[in-house]
Amino acid sequence: MKINLRNKRTRTDFLTYAGVIIAFVVMTILQKEGAISRSLSGQLVPICAYVTMAISLNLTVGILGELSLGHAGFMSVGAFSGIIAAMSLQSAIPSDGVRLAVAMVLGAFFAAIAGFLVGTPVLRLRGDYLAIVTLAFGEIIKELVNCLLVGYDENGLHMMFNLNGQKTVADLGLTENGIEIIKGAQGATSTTTISTFTAGFILVMVTLIVVLNLIRSRSGRAIMALRDNRIAAESVGINITKYKLMAFVTSAALAGASGALYGLNMASLQATKFNFNTSILVLVFVVLGGLGNIWGSIIAATLLTVLPEMLRSFAEFRMLVYAIVLILVMLATNNPTFKLFFERIRTRFFKKPAKEVRGK
Amino acid sequence: MEFLSYLISGISLGSVYAIIALGYTMVYGIAKMLNFAHGDVIMVGGYISFCATTYLGLPAVVSILLAMAVCTVLGIVIEGLAYKPLRAAPSLAVLITAIGVSYLLQNSALLIWGAAAKSYTPIISGTLQLFGGKLSIQYISILTVIVCLVIMAGLTLFTSKSKMGKAMRACSEDKGAAQLMGINVNQTISVTFAIGSALAAVAGVLLCSYSPSLMPTTGSMPGIKAFTAAVFGGIGSIPGAFLGGILLGVIEALAKAYISMQLANAIVFAVLIVVLLVKPTGLLGKKVMEKV
Repeated sequence: MKINLRNKRTRTDFLTYAGVIIAFVVMTILQKEGAISRSLSGQLVPICAYVTMAISLNLTVGILGELSLGHAGFMSVGAFSGIIAAMSLQSAIPSDGVRLAVAMVLGAFFAAIAGFLVGTPVLRLRGDYLAIVTLAFGEIIKELVNCLLVGYDENGLHMMFNLNGQKTVADLGLTENGIEIIKGAQGATSTTTISTFTAGFILVMVTLIVVLNLIRSRSGRAIMALRDNRIAAESVGINITKYKLMAFVTSAALAGASGALYGLNMASLQATKFNFNTSILVLVFVVLGGLGNIWGSIIAATLLTVLPEMLRSFAEFRMLVYAIVLILVMLATNNPTFKLFFERIRTRFFKKPAKEVRGK
Repeated sequence: MEFLSYLISGISLGSVYAIIALGYTMVYGIAKMLNFAHGDVIMVGGYISFCATTYLGLPAVVSILLAMAVCTVLGIVIEGLAYKPLRAAPSLAVLITAIGVSYLLQNSALLIWGAAAKSYTPIISGTLQLFGGKLSIQYISILTVIVCLVIMAGLTLFTSKSKMGKAMRACSEDKGAAQLMGINVNQTISVTFAIGSALAAVAGVLLCSYSPSLMPTTGSMPGIKAFTAAVFGGIGSIPGAFLGGILLGVIEALAKAYISMQLANAIVFAVLIVVLLVKPTGLLGKKVMEKV
């Protein structure tokens, strides 16, 4: 493959890869030197998970152009199937790294199945109706996992649905050596945490490679054509369902892998963690970063995950400040008056040489 | 008899959803935006009424009027400061701003009233015993249904007869053409927000009389469900919001009683998905013809 760096898109893509790699190297060195605070270093894995979530949601919202409000549902599927896989394979695969990789692949697989099941009927709907169905799906997943009881012993995996609210893990009939993996509403409470920053970095890189290559491929152009004008795209013979599903399922699978990474970073995790607010949080990353802009998603996800930590000095006011920042940023980037104001400031203080030449 | 009592509690819960859904659907019909902060206006309404009765010792009716007044002003202020500057912006930008407003309201409430649940005194208590005590209906249920019917009838009259109501319908049909006919579109949208927020205050009081614990997040789940109800009935349609709300409440109550307490919300949402697959624009939604 010949890489033409003169091509602007190729250059942006490679800068994105390079940026992520540099960020990883810098953070690893800083972490080794002990230059970053404990709270920030605890945030590294969640940041990677959220970055992956933002990139994958950008595929649905920015590239495919369909609003999804249930992305956390796929993360949940990935997280809990990843946790089940990692916990039950503890003796079969002793190496933490390999087990994490298997868990992430399985998480992605199950999330992809969920994405396919949801996507097939739902992608026929449009706009806000599609949004509400994805929202509904996220809530359904949350309640189903809330009722799930899973345990593992030498006889294999035991699963049960706690429909009437009376069953407990004891009903699974585990043997003495059995481990309780998911305890209904209490969630997974004794997960061995095996996620590492390196694994997170690899996941982000894989996500970038998958998404960027998809966007730049023939299929990616078909997907974007659907976004820009569905009817025109259909009339030139683009198969709507196929390409919509391709984008949606890829996005779900990546969210699942990110969920597995996130889930195996937490000793205790409840299904309610992946509620509507989490879906919205990821959507905020995508919109603030810029629709269809992968680099923007990465930066927005990182900054907004760290922001509440940085605002800690505001104590109880921090979420209030977060909300105000969010509203102001949206106003500043979308309101014509604000835009003009910023444009004036820019031309006054950072005069572009090109403009000066033209002025003379 | 047992079924009947579940049905009644479903209908009255559904009436609350319907009142909230009316606010969603009116705003959507005119401004074409999902106002995610609507659920939090409900919460503010609940708190205002709580403060009026508990701290100021005002009677319940006055507290409702006060809550409505405060929420109306709040609705107009939110619309003017956050949504009006974004009139020409892409719909997702407005959606995110609405989410920002929702966070802002929740966290302001958290700062003002604290995280601990306040226990709200229901505006009306007691139960009506029928059939020799076999069927008991809470007075609040009856009141909720009546209030919902009155609001519904009032809104229908308002939108079909009054000048402002006609302007609203014109704006939701075609904003550009409405403006050309001399309708003040911005003012119409502000009035819509005002009405929606006043309804949210009523819904807040009724909701809190139902489940008397009041928290900064009280409004979010009913908000999501009412939004679902609005879509269920066909978003943008006033009778649709009413029908969707009632149906949602009944399905939820029956699912809780007969299928599973834990999965009630999941069942509600599953029914919604099935309905949307069969009828993609909701029960009473208009099918929009596509022009190429």
